Amino acid sequence: MAGPHIRDQLTLRSVERQRPDGSAYRSLSLAVVQQLARDFDQSLRRVEQSALEMAIIPERYIRNVATLSPEDQHRLLDCSVCVVGVGGLGGSVAEMLARIGVGRLRLVDGDRFEESNLNRQRFADTASLDKPKAQIAREAIAAINPAVEVTALTEYLTTDNGPAIIGDADIAIDCLDSLPARLSLQTACRHKQIPMVSAAVAGMSGQITVFYPEDEGLAALYGDLSAAADRGAETTLGNLPFAVTMLASLECSEAVKILLGRQQTLHGHLLIFDLTDLTFDIVQLAE
Amino acid sequence: MSHHITLKLFATLRSYIPPQADHFAIAPGTTVADVIRDLNIPEKDAKLIFINSVRKDRDTLLQDGDRLGIFPPVGGG
Repeated sequence: MAGPHIRDQLTLRSVERQRPDGSAYRSLSLAVVQQLARDFDQSLRRVEQSALEMAIIPERYIRNVATLSPEDQHRLLDCSVCVVGVGGLGGSVAEMLARIGVGRLRLVDGDRFEESNLNRQRFADTASLDKPKAQIAREAIAAINPAVEVTALTEYLTTDNGPAIIGDADIAIDCLDSLPARLSLQTACRHKQIPMVSAAVAGMSGQITVFYPEDEGLAALYGDLSAAADRGAETTLGNLPFAVTMLASLECSEAVKILLGRQQTLHGHLLIFDLTDLTFDIVQLAE
Repeated sequence: MSHHITLKLFATLRSYIPPQADHFAIAPGTTVADVIRDLNIPEKDAKLIFINSVRKDRDTLLQDGDRLGIFPPVGGG
């Protein structure tokens, strides 16, 4: 009953517009998405998906086109991503995934913002100090893209709660800051049989890769895990904002490609960089 | 007749970069472990070793013209 009606409304209330290259498209404004969601008692996400099924583009996603097709955009809105750690990496990752239109985010962090986070963490500001990171991020994302359904989990992921925390996520993004926490996440991802995008930063350098459940995983980076230290060079060098956000961008790019089934990813490789002397290298992890 | 490698040390290991790291002389038969020892790089900090962009272990024999990179464990986020 609602099906044909909303299609009629989407046709009526979308408008023809032009992209910067002159190509025409049907555009749907945020106000109309919100009105139709109310009128048809549907989520914003569902209304956006109904539009995309008719090749009508919600205006908020128009700059994703044509790198993303309407089908890609529709698929992203179906996807669930678990962002583990909502600090430097995770705050920017969560923001970017919301902006590009990943439909469901699970944001996991038991920590609260503190002053030493202010140099780099996307949702750390003078008003959010002492407040739970995951919850602040959820509120901020609701203002950026209210179509994204965000679950804020204000606890740390452990080996015990890992599978429940990951829930129905299609992929997990490692935005953590210690090796034991990363290991718990890896265990949970293997249990749930989902890929994991993993990144770490120290000073102006960083690394990022993609692990699948059957891979050697973190041992490829940190050696004998039982003997490895909990933390690394960042305890000396700190974490600079541009290195952190660069890695966050790379994590999002890899996650979106995996969600969309694109072939060229960092799987089996480690991208490392040092901005001190602008070295970038992609290292093959196994021969 | 010595060989030369390009040596690249990352993050905290930068403080161990020798002079002429881009044209670093080694004796034939030198392994990665030898280089790590000669430069006084702490064992625990030389976790990720790659030669010509492929991960290798520290027993690998270095060849003339190799590009050796050593990355310490990093974990920040």
